[in-house]
Amino acid sequence: MSQLLILPVILPAALAGFIILFARNALAVQRAISGFGTLALLALAITLIQAPTQSYFLGNWPAPFGIALTLDGLSALMLLLTASLALIVLIHSIATGWDAQGRHFHALFLFQLMGLNGAFLTADAFNLFVFFEVLLIASYGLMVHGGGQARIRAGVQYVAFNLLGSTLFLFALATIYSTMGTLNMADLAQKLPLVGADDTGLIRVAAVLLMLVFAIKAALVPLQFWLPGTYANAPGPVAALFAVMTKVGAYALIRFGTLVFPGDLPALGGLLAGLLYPAALATIAVGAIGTLAAGALPRQIAFAAIGSMGTLLLAVSAFTPEAVSATLYYLIHSTLATAALFLIADLARTRRDGLTAALYMAAAIAMAGMPPLSGFVGKLLVLDALRSDPLAWTFILLASLLTMIGLARQGSDLFWKAPNTEAPAQSKAGVLLCLAALVALTLAAGPITGWLGQTAAALDAPEAYIAANRLGVAE
Amino acid sequence: MEVLIAIAIGTLTACGIYLMLRARTFPVILGLSLLSYAVNLFIFISGRIRLDAAPIIADGPYTDPLPQALVLTAIVISFGMTAVLVIMALGAYLTAGHDRIDTEDQHAEDQP
Repeated sequence: MSQLLILPVILPAALAGFIILFARNALAVQRAISGFGTLALLALAITLIQAPTQSYFLGNWPAPFGIALTLDGLSALMLLLTASLALIVLIHSIATGWDAQGRHFHALFLFQLMGLNGAFLTADAFNLFVFFEVLLIASYGLMVHGGGQARIRAGVQYVAFNLLGSTLFLFALATIYSTMGTLNMADLAQKLPLVGADDTGLIRVAAVLLMLVFAIKAALVPLQFWLPGTYANAPGPVAALFAVMTKVGAYALIRFGTLVFPGDLPALGGLLAGLLYPAALATIAVGAIGTLAAGALPRQIAFAAIGSMGTLLLAVSAFTPEAVSATLYYLIHSTLATAALFLIADLARTRRDGLTAALYMAAAIAMAGMPPLSGFVGKLLVLDALRSDPLAWTFILLASLLTMIGLARQGSDLFWKAPNTEAPAQSKAGVLLCLAALVALTLAAGPITGWLGQTAAALDAPEAYIAANRLGVAE
Repeated sequence: MEVLIAIAIGTLTACGIYLMLRARTFPVILGLSLLSYAVNLFIFISGRIRLDAAPIIADGPYTDPLPQALVLTAIVISFGMTAVLVIMALGAYLTAGHDRIDTEDQHAEDQP
């Protein structure tokens, strides 16, 4: 069973390598391999989500000396979300011919999935850095897929911003290693409470540096500047896939905030939560105002995505099991809703007919958090978890109103003032699948939140995660 | 020795950040390279400075081998990333005709 854990990383890597070596000019073969890989990852994720918390030791080196991959409820959930989103994006990009507009789309796509899966599975902080780089370098290629001046120039900004983030990540990791002598996350979780008064300052610096890095990924204000330009200029399906990239930052914040730097750690106290809370409020405000002010639809969706990250991180900053459970539900919803909107924006670029308008309305309702779709349930759960916080309620509710106004105005501008039915209709299969996933998320909200509650409780008491790394065995 | 390395890392970081804040791609790339040199040195000494010691656990004096493995990984990654950035900056320069790093927001989205 535990051998399955490595497959989400090596399967896409092997398939991508195969595409580059043997099928670089055969688009049909590339599509078949990519489709097979994505379906296999989906099947793997469904298998792994039922599995208990467990570890895989690369080369059978015991942790903390070797690199361990550890699967728990949160990792499995993120794997499943990534695989589902990948399938939706792949269907859309094949059906609309996006993958034929430049070379190596499928190889980069699979490398991106490899980096995402690895980042969600690894139990080693340095290995997390390596997987971040894998997913970033694939995303640089995907971002400029199809070419064009504006896209490449936005790509340069995106790469420069993320390289700076990588440098900060390395500074943080070296500081942690020089103080603690280990980078295994379970090992850190055990040793950090014992840290002496001399090293407290270094640990605080390293923790804040790490949080900055994850905040860049999660587009937390004031580190959100890379996102609107990148998402608005990326090809439609790539922007939809990038919806899960900000969630990598959120995942890392949740993982480190619950396992490595929990709120009851004497060296830190409430430092991280105290910094995260005002930044999340500002993110909600910037997202909502940006949604009102943005011109074209892709840029507007990018700001709506920033706003939803604000709501998400506001719930994270509470770090209670109830809030984490609400965060996870909202995280699934926000990924799918952002992706649906980006795919619809891609369709609306050429043809704006009645059906596209209807799909846009459904996705906009989900994004703004109106009933009956899952955005409403997600925001309700977040508000319920933050019940004693009137400031958070004000920000979230006002931001929902502003987002709704912004998206409604954009919709009437786009579909009523400038309808366009001359261009040939493109396949809506990806969008429909994405909206179906949102509907399923709404209908199954009861069982899903029940399962998420268990996952959040396990994150709050990470004994099983630490035990899975079998730290004492080697000594 | 500690002071010398600390000054070196500090100078590299300061120069790197200054160059990062320039408006053209070439200084920005140089700045990122300097920053990655600084962080590589920083990782290397996170295992403490130790002279005349092999990074192998032995009976005699030895130094921590892990930072050396970490820094190798970091060097390879930052080297590859710099290469990607150079190619993309070159592509941007050749298509746009100039190498300004800032983009105009308004007209950027209406391309295929």
